[in-house]
Amino acid sequence: MTDIAVRVEKLSKRYRIGGPQARYRTLRESLVDMAAAPARRLRRLGQPSPENETIWALKDVTFDVEKGEVVGIIGPNGAGKTTLLRILSRITEPTEGYAQIKGRVGSLLEVGTGFHPELTGRENIYLNGAILGMKRAEIDEKFDEIVAFSEIARFLDTPVKRYSSGMHVRLAFAVAAHLEPEILLVDEVLAVGDAAFQKKCLGKMGDVAREGRTVLFVSHNMAAVRKLCPQAMLLDSGRKKMAGPADSVIDQFLASTTSEISSTVALPSGPADAPGAGMSLRFFTEAGTPQAQFHAREAWRMVLDFEIFEPTLHVIAAVGLATLDSVSVITYWSKPKDLEPGRYIVEFECNLPLKRCDLQFAVGLSSHERAFYYVHRIGHVSISEVASGQQPFRTAGGGFLSSLQQSEIRPVAQVGGQSTHSWPAAI
Amino acid sequence: MKVTTHDENTAMADPAIEETSTIVIRPSRGWVSLDLRDLWRYRELLYFLTWRDIKVRYKQTIFGAAWAILQPFFTMIVFSVFFGRLAKMPSDGIPYPIFAYCALLPWSYFAGALDRASNSLVGSSHLITKVYFPRLAIPISAVAAGLVDFGIAFVVLLGMMVYYGFAPTTAALTLPFFLLLAVATALAVGLWLSALNVQYRDVRYTIPFLTQFWLFATPIAYPSSLVPERWRAWYGLNPMAGVVEGFRWALLGKEPPGPLLVVSTIVVVLLLIGGLYYFRRMEKTFADVV
Repeated sequence: MTDIAVRVEKLSKRYRIGGPQARYRTLRESLVDMAAAPARRLRRLGQPSPENETIWALKDVTFDVEKGEVVGIIGPNGAGKTTLLRILSRITEPTEGYAQIKGRVGSLLEVGTGFHPELTGRENIYLNGAILGMKRAEIDEKFDEIVAFSEIARFLDTPVKRYSSGMHVRLAFAVAAHLEPEILLVDEVLAVGDAAFQKKCLGKMGDVAREGRTVLFVSHNMAAVRKLCPQAMLLDSGRKKMAGPADSVIDQFLASTTSEISSTVALPSGPADAPGAGMSLRFFTEAGTPQAQFHAREAWRMVLDFEIFEPTLHVIAAVGLATLDSVSVITYWSKPKDLEPGRYIVEFECNLPLKRCDLQFAVGLSSHERAFYYVHRIGHVSISEVASGQQPFRTAGGGFLSSLQQSEIRPVAQVGGQSTHSWPAAI
Repeated sequence: MKVTTHDENTAMADPAIEETSTIVIRPSRGWVSLDLRDLWRYRELLYFLTWRDIKVRYKQTIFGAAWAILQPFFTMIVFSVFFGRLAKMPSDGIPYPIFAYCALLPWSYFAGALDRASNSLVGSSHLITKVYFPRLAIPISAVAAGLVDFGIAFVVLLGMMVYYGFAPTTAALTLPFFLLLAVATALAVGLWLSALNVQYRDVRYTIPFLTQFWLFATPIAYPSSLVPERWRAWYGLNPMAGVVEGFRWALLGKEPPGPLLVVSTIVVVLLLIGGLYYFRRMEKTFADVV
């Protein structure tokens, strides 16, 4: 038998999703209902709930993880990722199926589980360590390391309730990071703390993976999964959709979740009290053809249409580019301008030396006092690997060569209250 | 959850991992075994949870651990004034204050432990939904943590014994048994109520009422000799009656509790075993329901 660390067979978990909705119409009815409710509940005790009130959070999931493998578990919200980890951590029991885990399991569904605010940092290291399944001798042995990692040596004897949230998280992760199980189950714990801290966590996770331990890693951070996990599994609606090399699983997942490629993206309206809102974001080739698929190294343009409802000073329009993994690429700003009510466009030229990738966008508008409009994760532009032949836009010079002439906001001529411009005619 | 663990003594290079174990996870059906071995493996956690409860108890209070004395002591004064002085409650020839305090001592422990144990699971929902360990550790540590208060309040009783001139006899050696009986009663009832509390929060509102009722059903303000002789053994159905009479016999030299104590012990053992099994059966639903 090969060294299977985790074997999962047809694992299923059913949850109840609340009783039938009661409808109260009059006070008298609801009072009567309230009076009758305890009796009704008593009658219902012990009766199995009807099938339609339940949901399969996990259904017939089967997989094996070999010893030393690092597997990312991805999927949309409610796909059953956390439920799977909770079952494997023995926090909750499966409804059906079977799992076998060989080796000491450490699960990290949250950092700082069981921290007590009244206890000092030192005391909480012991308490939290014990809760995570460490032996006292182990904690003694690693105590200095934990303190060094957490960078809170000076506050070791201060009650945790006086800690800043950053210190709190650092201490919590320091303890968790020194848990040394053979099999580690991690859920989304990297989603806390500031950027520097997240980087440190990722680094530590990478160490764990390199040490040859088996890791199941649930995350929404596709970049982290790509980086840490050679293998990945895609869950959707409680079922295993796909498993294999992380890159292909992630690509498949992202392709299935993102919107259709389109050269025009209608923008949602912003908050009611905002002095302006975005209308649409459009993409064009250098020559002005509406398009959303470009070749690598081909220059292309983005046009943001927006509307200002009241006189606003110092308006700046911005468009941010990010990969579908939510890794930010660049943000373009317009020059600030004082605007009267009306419709405006601003145009940005994108000539980044991008590789093959898929992009999504964020759009923001701000005045001199605040950012009043922001949407993100919109649009979808695809950059293909083949460089376009007809225009050798950039020679291999290296470095960052985008022509950052700042874009200007321009008013749109209006005819009968209807915006008639069609780029590039409006320029 | 039915979890079987097979320990294999495999030689491991890493000294930190002293055993390779295989955990099998599958849905459990019906009654599950108590699996006290698993609890034993987590004894250090049990220790830390108890230690936490003790440490945290009187943080940020002015009187600190003195609260452990103040509560039974003032109850004793109130009882002495109203029941002893005004109502002229008989106390089997023992000065009323020490008669009452000797009973209030195990009672305060019991009432406190029961209350904490019953609310312990709901209060630890952040642990239950995030990490695995034998859930029994939670109510057990809640019950164990109260023993420190008991110890502190016990010193006052010793002082009162000196004051009223009660010399301990060999009967005092049986005191640990009665204390154990009080612990077992608190744990037994606490197991039932804590597991029920996860499912039905009604329990939380029932406890103060239950405790008050139970206080008067226990011979604390009055002697059990008020109960007619032929009913006295049945009085032991309230295990705290056995505990209180046991304390008075061991320390103040009343007549031994006899059949009452036998009934109390049997009731506690049955309640405790039932509570353990009920708790284990409900355990699998805690994380989903709490």
